[in-house]
Amino acid sequence: MSTHDDDFDDNPYDLLAEDHDEGHRWAFGTGFTDPLEGIDTSVPDALDPGALARYCLALGDDALIYSHRLQQWVAGLPELEEETAVANIALDLLGQARLLLARAGGIVGQTEDQLAFFRAEKDFRNVRLAEHADRDFAELVVRLLMFSTWRLALFESLSAAPDPVLAAIAAKGVNELAYHRDYAASWVVRLGDGTPLSHAKTQAALDTLWPLTGELCWPDPDALAAVDPGAFDAVLDTVLATAGLDRPVTAALAPVAGRAGRDGVHTEAMGYILAELQSVARAYPDATW
Amino acid sequence: MVTAVTDQAMAWDVAASTPDPELPALTIGDLGILRSVHYFPGREHGKDGEVVVTITPTYSGCPAMREISADVRSRLIRAGFPQVTVRTQLSPAWSTDWITPAGRRKLTRSDIVPPPRAPSRTGPVPLTLGRAPSPRCPRCDSPETRLTAQFGATACKSLHRCTACGEPFEAVKAI
Repeated sequence: MSTHDDDFDDNPYDLLAEDHDEGHRWAFGTGFTDPLEGIDTSVPDALDPGALARYCLALGDDALIYSHRLQQWVAGLPELEEETAVANIALDLLGQARLLLARAGGIVGQTEDQLAFFRAEKDFRNVRLAEHADRDFAELVVRLLMFSTWRLALFESLSAAPDPVLAAIAAKGVNELAYHRDYAASWVVRLGDGTPLSHAKTQAALDTLWPLTGELCWPDPDALAAVDPGAFDAVLDTVLATAGLDRPVTAALAPVAGRAGRDGVHTEAMGYILAELQSVARAYPDATW
Repeated sequence: MVTAVTDQAMAWDVAASTPDPELPALTIGDLGILRSVHYFPGREHGKDGEVVVTITPTYSGCPAMREISADVRSRLIRAGFPQVTVRTQLSPAWSTDWITPAGRRKLTRSDIVPPPRAPSRTGPVPLTLGRAPSPRCPRCDSPETRLTAQFGATACKSLHRCTACGEPFEAVKAI
């Protein structure tokens, strides 16, 4: 049968040009289907469906908005290798966002596209760290270190979450986030322990971004797992010590009237992201892709 | 019953021979993307029964799932199985340990280094700082190689360069 090696000498690309009954060819794009198609998406009796949907939406929004910020870097990075790395990380996060928005949307009766493209800013639940516009490569890698360290620790806990769909999404994400964190951490060390200029820029990035980390470990009544702040700090301290960088002592960016990213209160950067992210879908609401 | 058993095996072979869009020298059977194929015979044995195929994405953002699903479906229909259902499965998460020996040989023949065994973990994922180890060059077999990028042209591969023969090459990352 065709599973044997004797097929190997066929031009493998011929197989991709095959036309399917559904008219799809890989080379021309194939559109999208529900990423949870065929998966049992019933909500366990012990869980509040509304709370589960809100929590999946928050985690999905973190990934969607962070992915968009990384996509904005593509074609503007210093080397080809960083282009592929940042694009791959953005793709991983977009995949996590699709799964999580589909999980939330399945509960509240909306599609992932409706949630991504037709919600207002106040309805997005991402942490404010996700929406920050990196001003240079140092901010890109420092912010990615903070975000991926936190999200990896959270997804490790969520791999045992009482919702089997969320647990499966998280377990899959752990493998991806481990690579993201190693990538970011290695760059923070190279820049922090590099030239005086790279060190200064990396320390400045750390000082700028530090207040945005406070929100990451604030309590969330819908959460199905929590990150141990000590474990988060231990990883960051290891990287900073190796990089020769000083841990900032600045306070967390405060909530506004008690509300922050998870409550739909965002920084000024958020409106600009949504204007770009949502413009095509809003201009052509009946379009399919 | 012989017919049903043969059809089950045939359905597996047809589904398993679907090429991976991003590594077209390998099939979804080689890569372990194909998790199961169940043939449910119809009332009269033969090919009126339903085939339920389960596939799993390699990475969360895998853009090829719909293409693979459509390809599996059309191959099975052409092979005489008109009733095909393709399902996605997320758990357990795909691992490069599922790449078959034939898949590893095909990678090697494509000058892509197959992955080492995926790390088995209990407890938190350890942080890796600095450059990860780089495998032997698939062209000249020199151990003098360097990792140039942890992320390659597809999510599953890293980029390397051999300092002996100067050639760049790809390796599949262990996950």
